[in-house]
Amino acid sequence: MKSPIYLDNNATTPLDPRVLEEMLPYLRGKFGNAASRSHKFGWEAEEAVEKARHQVAGLIGAGAKEIIWTSGATESNNIAVKGIAQMYREKGRHIVTQATEHKAILDPCKYLEREGFEVTVLPVGRNGRIDLEQLRASLRPDTILVSLMFGNNEIGTLQPIKEIGALCKDKGIIFHTDATQAFGKVPIDVEAMGIDLLSASAHKIYGPKGAGCLYVRRRNPRVRCEAVLHGGGHERGMRSGTLNVPGIVGLGAAAALAQQEMPSESQRLSGLRDRLWEGLRSQLVDVYRNGDPEHTLPATLNVSFAYVEGESLMMGFEHIAVSSGSACTSASLEPSYVLRALGVGDDLAHSSIRFSLGRFNTAAEIEEAIVQVVGTVKRLREMSPLAEMAAEGIDLSKVAWAQH
Amino acid sequence: MAYGEKILDHYNQPRNVGSLNRDDPRVGTGVVGAPECGDVMKLQIQVDDDERIVDAKFKTFGCGSAIASSSLATEWIKGKTLDEALTIKNTDIVRELALPPVKIHCSVLAEDAIRAAIADLKTKRSGQQEDAALDAQPTGTK
Ligand SMILES: Cc1ncc(COP(=O)(O)O)c(C=O)c1O
Ligand code: FES
Repeated sequence: MKSPIYLDNNATTPLDPRVLEEMLPYLRGKFGNAASRSHKFGWEAEEAVEKARHQVAGLIGAGAKEIIWTSGATESNNIAVKGIAQMYREKGRHIVTQATEHKAILDPCKYLEREGFEVTVLPVGRNGRIDLEQLRASLRPDTILVSLMFGNNEIGTLQPIKEIGALCKDKGIIFHTDATQAFGKVPIDVEAMGIDLLSASAHKIYGPKGAGCLYVRRRNPRVRCEAVLHGGGHERGMRSGTLNVPGIVGLGAAAALAQQEMPSESQRLSGLRDRLWEGLRSQLVDVYRNGDPEHTLPATLNVSFAYVEGESLMMGFEHIAVSSGSACTSASLEPSYVLRALGVGDDLAHSSIRFSLGRFNTAAEIEEAIVQVVGTVKRLREMSPLAEMAAEGIDLSKVAWAQH
Repeated sequence: MAYGEKILDHYNQPRNVGSLNRDDPRVGTGVVGAPECGDVMKLQIQVDDDERIVDAKFKTFGCGSAIASSSLATEWIKGKTLDEALTIKNTDIVRELALPPVKIHCSVLAEDAIRAAIADLKTKRSGQQEDAALDAQPTGTK
C-alpha cells in the first residue's frame, strides 16, 4: 500500500534529511557530554550546542545566552508558567491566559490554581482571537504573568502578539508565548514584539522529537525563572540534565533552514492552503472554515463539513492523513475544546477536519486530497440523516433530539 | 487505532442505506442520538401483514463503527418478526463487529434505533385502531 499523503504537520513533521545529516556525527563518534570541560569530546559537543543556540536565537531575534534547552514545548511551557509563578509569588498570584491554549499551558495553570494562584482564562472571539480591551481589563496589580499562544495548533489563528507585548510592557507584567506552531513559520522578533519568554519545539519544524527550547529574556527586564528540574545546574540553573546534543544540533539546523526558507515557503504553503480551501468550497455546500482567514498560520486549514462526522470522514480518506476535532476520535468523547471556545456548535465540531500542510507537500498531493475529500463527503452525506433532513428544509437546531 | 475488517466492510459497502416512506402505515421510523453528541441514527422498518420485517433502511451520522452497527442491524432484522428483532442486543453487535470498548455506545445506539422504529410502528398501529374506532362511531347524534 502506498504511504498516505501527510497533511498532519501540526501534529509533527518528518525529519528533514538535511537536519539528519547534521545530527548524525553526534549520534556516532561525537558523543561527548557538553558539560565535560576537560577533554576534546566535551569541547566538540559544547561547540555544537553553542552553534545551535545561535541558530535558534537568530530565528527569533534573541541573544544566544537567552536560549534554554528543554525536551520540547511541553517542558518549556511548564518551566515558563510554573517557574515564573514560583519566582514571583511574593509579587502576586494572578496569571492570565486564554481558552484555546494547548493543554501544556492550561494544565500547568490548573495545577497552580490548586497551589493557591488565581488564573483568568480569557474567552476568544469567533475567529479565535482574544480581545485586547478584555485583556487590558483583566490585568491587576497582582498579575505576574500573561501567557498567550502565538499561533493555534488546531485552527491556525494568530494572536495580536505585538499589541499584547506592548500592553504587558506598559504594565510591567511578564509575557510568555507558546510559539510552538509559529516558530519557523512566521516572522518572530522578541524585541519588537515585547516577548519575555517563548516556547518552541524541534519536531514541528522538521527537527527531531524530544528537543525544544525556552527563550528567557536577559535584559529590559531580566526575567528569572525557578527550575522545574533540579540537579547539576545546567542551563543557567533553569533546567538541569545532560544536554541532548544530537537533538539540540537538530533543532539548531532545523531553525536555520526554517529561517532561510521562510519567505518562499510561507508563500508556497499559503498558496497550497488557499487552493485546498477553494477546491473544497467550490465543490461542496455547507462547509465552514474555522478560525481567522487573515490572521493565520500559512499552512493550517480547519474545516467543518456539515452533516458528516469527522472520524467517519477520516476513515474514508484512505490516502490522506489528517486529524479531527470530533469526540469520536478522542478518549474523552468530548469534541474539540478549541472549537467550542470559538462558539462553533458541537455538531460542527464533530464534523471538523484539520489539514496542516508542510514542507514536503506538493501541489499534486493537494489536488489528490481535494478529490478524496470531496468524494468522501459526498458519499457520507448520501447516508446522513442530517443531510436528508436539511434537504427537506428542516431546521436541525429546532429538532427535539433524543439526547442520550 | 486500526479498524477491524468487518467494520471496514460495512463502512465501505453499507447494506440498506436509504429511506422508506415515513407516512406508510406499514413503516416504522426510529431516530436516535443527537448531532451535538456526534451521532444520529435513523432506522426504518417495513412489515407485512404477519408483522414480519420485509425491508429495513438506515441513515447514520456518526463514526465508522456507528455506520457499521446500523448497517449490520438492518441486515439482521430483515426477515425477522418484530418480537424476534427485539431480541437483538447491542452486545451481539459488539461481538460481530469486534468493536473496541470506546465504541460500545455506537452499538447501543443501533439497538435503541431498532427499538425506536418498532415502537413507532406500534404506536402508529394503535393510533390507526383508535382512528378506526372513531370512524366507526355513529355520527348522526351531533
Ligand atoms: C501549541 C502547542 N504547544 C505545545 C505543544 C507540545 O509540544 P511538544 O510535543 O514539543 O511537547 C504542541 C504540540 O502538540 C503545540 O501544538
Ligand atoms: S458515533 Fe461517536 S464514537 Fe461512534
